[in-house]
Amino acid sequence: MEKLVNDFSFGLFFWQIILFVLLLLLLRKFAWKPILNAVNDREEGIKDALAAAENAKKEMQNVTADSEKLLKEARAEREALLKEAREIKDRMISESKEQAKVEGDKMIKQAQAAIESEKKAAVADIKNQVAELSVDIAEKIIKEQLSNKDKQLKLVDDMLGDIKLN
Amino acid sequence: MRKPFLLKFLLAAILLFGNSSFANEKEVEKGKDKKTEIKEFIEHHLQDSHYFNFYGTTDEHGKVHHVGLPLPVILWDNGLKVFSSSKFHHGEEVAEVDGNHYVLYHSKIYKTDAEGAISYDEEHHPTNVRPLDFSITKSVVMMIVTGLLLLWLFSSLAKSYAKNNSIPTGMGRFFEPIVLYIRDDIAIANIGEKKYKRYMPFLLTVFFFIWFLNMFGLTPLGVNVTGNIAVTTALALLVFIITNLTGTKDYWKHVFDPLGDGMPWYGKIIIYIILVPIEILGLFIKPFALLIRLYANMTAGHVVLMSLVGLIFIFKSWVGGPLSFGLSFAISLIEVLVALLQAYIFTMLAALYFGFASEEHDPGHEFDDDAELAH
Repeated sequence: MEKLVNDFSFGLFFWQIILFVLLLLLLRKFAWKPILNAVNDREEGIKDALAAAENAKKEMQNVTADSEKLLKEARAEREALLKEAREIKDRMISESKEQAKVEGDKMIKQAQAAIESEKKAAVADIKNQVAELSVDIAEKIIKEQLSNKDKQLKLVDDMLGDIKLN
Repeated sequence: MRKPFLLKFLLAAILLFGNSSFANEKEVEKGKDKKTEIKEFIEHHLQDSHYFNFYGTTDEHGKVHHVGLPLPVILWDNGLKVFSSSKFHHGEEVAEVDGNHYVLYHSKIYKTDAEGAISYDEEHHPTNVRPLDFSITKSVVMMIVTGLLLLWLFSSLAKSYAKNNSIPTGMGRFFEPIVLYIRDDIAIANIGEKKYKRYMPFLLTVFFFIWFLNMFGLTPLGVNVTGNIAVTTALALLVFIITNLTGTKDYWKHVFDPLGDGMPWYGKIIIYIILVPIEILGLFIKPFALLIRLYANMTAGHVVLMSLVGLIFIFKSWVGGPLSFGLSFAISLIEVLVALLQAYIFTMLAALYFGFASEEHDPGHEFDDDAELAH
């Protein structure tokens, strides 16, 4: 200990304090502050860049999700439209079929009715003509048959014979 | 850590030449016993010097020729006296300045008469008056050189940051990780995210200053700056001042009222009679431990290294020479590690003390004090 105290050089101590404090102040101004600031700035820059990249990634994901959603919607819309169109088509077809059927039925019925009435008219006409012809024929026959007396008598006999039979 | 080959080579070369230059100086005084000679040489080396010697040679007449630079001597002895240390002729002559006579004895300057007489006490210590010595000694020169080197190195690093968009180039790639390590693992880890910034300049300066000076101590220049008690005292004193100037209310409360509200006052009085003096003593012991640790480690390293080199001259054999060379080489490598380690430990502990000083307790954690005591 005595040797330590003896070795202690006040001059060196003095210079050390002066020089060290001077060095500290100079280094602080010209070296440490700029270095630490630069390093800090760089670290902040890296942090910001990373955050920005993360953000961009998230945004990217959002965009992708959005576009997917849009695509889905579009697809659904298309499906719906197609379905609607198909339904409309089906309905139109069935409606027109039905209409056609109804129309057809109506026409058939009308035709049938027309045919019927025509038939009736024709039949009636034929009846009339037959009746007229029959009357004519009968007239002629009767005229011929009743042209002499014998024949008139024969007829009467036949008639009477028939009546008897009945 | 991956070191480039060139660095390894330079290191080896430095260590080799360092040892050999010490060896040259040792062959000086033939007359004396080798062991005392080596002991004296080591003692001389550990001390500061008024010369910046590179090496010394002895001519055929046994006269020593020193090759080096004389340094300015600045004395305060009833007025400022400035003269070159070449006036002492390496302690062989009396220097006369303004009618006063001074003599250099064991690297210290004493006031004496015209003949250079030195009177001794019983323990062979000189009793002559020692004027206040503010000389620019070898250590001071090395501190200035180191300071300039640090300034140049780190201000150019700062400039390169400004130029290269904050990307380190060249030396910056080596030093930036160290700066970041000091910031992240020493300052932030011990002081905390909030307050570490104001201590950073000191921690960085002290780390690089000690490290560089330690490394210079291993070069052939043989300067033992960080192994000088005055230097470590100055550094520790700065740590002490900064610690106590930046101490928060909680820090001082911890010193004078360590138990806090954990105990009623009548219970505390008895404990505090012992505890408070210990805490106050602790304020001084912490930086004192710092100064002794650095001083002792660096001095011990130099002593071991030089003793091992000295063994060559004691053994003077084919076995002893290579053996002590191998040993001193190995120790040199360890010293390179120690140089870094001691700088790290000093910085680390300084940061730890700053952390204690700037600590602020959360009002939510009232039991922190108790927890600390339990540890």
